[in-house]
Amino acid sequence: MTFAANFSLVLPEVILGASALVLLVWGAFHGKVTPLFTGAAVLALLGAAVAAVVGPHGHAFNGVYAADAAATYAKVAIYGFSALAIVLGDRWLAARGDQKFEYAVLVILSALGMGVTASAGDLISLYVGVELQSLALYVLAAFRRDDAKSSEAGLKYFVLGALSSGLLLYGASLIYGFAGSTRFEDIAAAAHANHGMGLLFGLVFLLCGLAFKVSAAPFHMWTPDVYEGAPTPVVGFFAAAPKLAAMMMFARVLGDAFPDSVAQWRQILVITALASVFVGAFAGLAQNNLKRLWAYSSIANVGYALLGVATGGETGLHSMLLFMTLYMVDVTGFFACLQALSRDGKPMETIEDMAGLVKHRPGVAVAMTAFSLSALGIPPFSGFWAKFYVFGAAMGSGDVLLQWAAVLGLVGSVVAAFYYLRLIKTMWFDAPEGAVDKPQPIARAVGFVAAAFSFPIVLVALIWLDPAARAAAAAFGHA
Amino acid sequence: MIGLSHYLVVAAILFTIGVFGIFVNRKNIIVILMSIELILLAVNINLVAFSVFLHDVAGQIFAMFVLTVAAAEAAVGLAILVTFFRNRGDIAVDDASVMKG
Repeated sequence: MTFAANFSLVLPEVILGASALVLLVWGAFHGKVTPLFTGAAVLALLGAAVAAVVGPHGHAFNGVYAADAAATYAKVAIYGFSALAIVLGDRWLAARGDQKFEYAVLVILSALGMGVTASAGDLISLYVGVELQSLALYVLAAFRRDDAKSSEAGLKYFVLGALSSGLLLYGASLIYGFAGSTRFEDIAAAAHANHGMGLLFGLVFLLCGLAFKVSAAPFHMWTPDVYEGAPTPVVGFFAAAPKLAAMMMFARVLGDAFPDSVAQWRQILVITALASVFVGAFAGLAQNNLKRLWAYSSIANVGYALLGVATGGETGLHSMLLFMTLYMVDVTGFFACLQALSRDGKPMETIEDMAGLVKHRPGVAVAMTAFSLSALGIPPFSGFWAKFYVFGAAMGSGDVLLQWAAVLGLVGSVVAAFYYLRLIKTMWFDAPEGAVDKPQPIARAVGFVAAAFSFPIVLVALIWLDPAARAAAAAFGHA
Repeated sequence: MIGLSHYLVVAAILFTIGVFGIFVNRKNIIVILMSIELILLAVNINLVAFSVFLHDVAGQIFAMFVLTVAAAEAAVGLAILVTFFRNRGDIAVDDASVMKG
């Protein structure tokens, strides 16, 4: 394959990398964040998404990099939500006088890392992508550097993130040693011939590292602290795009490199998934801070997505991709609403702050109710369809283990219903705490659109999301 | 004769020391950074040893990437540590507890 042909396959990432550098120089010389600068950053991400859609499919650089339907699907979602994060974060930081040009550059760099992991066809590209994504995210968590909570969140995220990269890397080194190659294709062949102890050991370490990145239990302990401390729009970003990217890594590693070792990894994933669902459900009951609460909610939701990965195959990965897409809209909308709200200039972050919200801000209260009902899985909201696909795939797999896991997952979502309903009850029926400031128009608009998506737009959107996700899921296993 | 397994054992011991350094250490965040470095170097020993015994150069290339990323990671980590120190005036591990729950 010629260099030009390789180059055309990685065009979305080249666009992002080049624009990150250009924006960095632009910002360094100009210093101020102008609407033009933010617009250019958003355009770069959207341009990369378009390039991913219209670009050719194939394997670049001797299989190190896969541009297939799955990568396209993930990249469109990741780049789209990253662009949204730039817009939301820019307004939020501007309102606090903390606007810096590095914000947009860091979001683009982390989106670039996520795009690389979504396309990884080799352990090296997987690792480099993970690190690019994570290093940018650590800095984003500590972005308000004069805020004690934000810097502590960044530090905690960094320490545990670095540990998880270490675990992932140690696993990768063992897989390389025992399979004799870093390419997923060769690893799949080696694992097919003989999955010895060494390979299995490596896979377990790799999965532990990935579980850290998606914040699945028992590797979730960083999530609530980081979510509480990091700036609100950054949390909205953390909970959406990087989660999808990390689930894509699971799908890449298990679907491309270990497709024949299903019996080995399914039990690990089912246990992690159920642990996440129950940790998310029970620990969430005691939370009072909404960012912490949604951190536990995200842990539980990652558990459901992992159940989809554990099911494996086309139906399992299809359900995972749909679940993550629908969840991303919900969580982005929720955090957009949260960042839109403030009282006397102070952010409203606890459940008590939301008391009687419907009297002062009925629109935002209705939107947040929709997100809560959706995360709870009440039909006809999008969260119901997300869970419907995941449980449907698990029940239809014919594996007793997965079927029981689906039943227990349902029990977990009933437990989690308590805290979603408590939030709704506080917003609708408690005595108002006092007047609420005028919401930020852009954040509120994003919240309203996301709420409209969770019902009723989702019903229409599923008509084309469903086949798109199915085509994406069919692309795994052809490394 | 020193064989592959010797290298793997050394790497495994270093890796374990690194992981324990992060979890058991209750004093200083700089020590945590050192432990992270130890983990990455343990991985490098693994990669180079495998690379030599497999007669395959990919492992050494991988090790180069790991070294580069480790440098970037240390830079980011120290930068975050500096902002933490500015807010707190201290870098003891037990101080990192504004948020709990």
